[in-house]
Amino acid sequence: MTEYIVLSAILFTIGCVGVLTRRNAIVVFMCVELMLNACNLAFVAFARQHGNLDGQITAFFVMVVAAAEVVIGLAIIMTIFRTRRSASVDDASLLKY
Amino acid sequence: MTFWILAPIMVAAALGILFVRKAVHAALLLAVVMISLAVLYAVLDAPFLFAVQIIVYTGAILMLFLFVMMLIGVDATDSVVETIRGQRVMAVVLGLLFGTVLVLGISQVTLGAVVGLDEANAGGNVPAIANILFSRYVFAFEATSALLITAALGAMVLAHRERLTPKATQADLAAQRLRDYAEHGKHLGPLPSPGVYARHNAVDTPALLPDGTAAESSVSRVLAARGTVRSAPALADDIDDVRRQIGDPTSMPETSGKAGAPATTEEDVEKGVQK
Repeated sequence: MTEYIVLSAILFTIGCVGVLTRRNAIVVFMCVELMLNACNLAFVAFARQHGNLDGQITAFFVMVVAAAEVVIGLAIIMTIFRTRRSASVDDASLLKY
Repeated sequence: MTFWILAPIMVAAALGILFVRKAVHAALLLAVVMISLAVLYAVLDAPFLFAVQIIVYTGAILMLFLFVMMLIGVDATDSVVETIRGQRVMAVVLGLLFGTVLVLGISQVTLGAVVGLDEANAGGNVPAIANILFSRYVFAFEATSALLITAALGAMVLAHRERLTPKATQADLAAQRLRDYAEHGKHLGPLPSPGVYARHNAVDTPALLPDGTAAESSVSRVLAARGTVRSAPALADDIDDVRRQIGDPTSMPETSGKAGAPATTEEDVEKGVQK
């Protein structure tokens, strides 16, 4: 069962690095999704390890929240793109000054 | 066994997300990761989550990503300019450290014997999940429904655009047309339709003006931007070639619309119309 958790950790790390390095807001969002999926894999693996279904239920709730988050996040990205003609996370820096 | 086949694919696809320049390619690689994850869920005795992963993640969420990508432009690639100096290197170093710590930490842990879900899944996975979901987690479930409604409303509010100018009516459009005609001499009628030739009657073939030049306004602007418009004089050359091959005695090189050079700008076309 350890190998599943290790794979989940690797995917989470890759998602993390992606969030830190990529500039396109949509790709950053995809990396967040990758991290959520990696966590889900750990939940499901632990559910099997411990022999109860709570882990699967948690993974299910994570999926629902991820869906809601994607809807709102993409709507925000679209609104920013509409006003600033750019989907780069570096361009949304008005609050800095 | 399935795990050892899928794990390298998933890690490679996930690494690909970090390195590809185009967002669409990243989305496709993410789809690979998500479908592989779904298969792993099936291996881990979670058939319900297997279906949900494919339907919700690869079906709904990734399609949403692709829709938004098409709305804001597929060619929106990442800029390579760093706004914070050394940020990328630092991020990669930190990521490697974090990953190493996680993997080393996990490999130190012994998880003990796997209990397995055979007992919990005895009456089927979906009924077992439903039993827990609608008893112990029923309030979380209700809260989720509220969250989803909030998300739907929020997306509608965010995506809604207030109309700042009144919508142009048909009368306004007609008046605008006449004004264009009066001020710029723009043709009042509809645009000319694409040309019809013996071998090509497609919309990418421009119509010919009386002086033999191609009418640029007769082909769609989209096709012109893509550079896939056929050149009418070149087409005429084609016809001459065919005639020569079949030995047509009426073949006269100067009969075709080869005389005029292809119109390249809008002004040329307008001049042609005014002539």
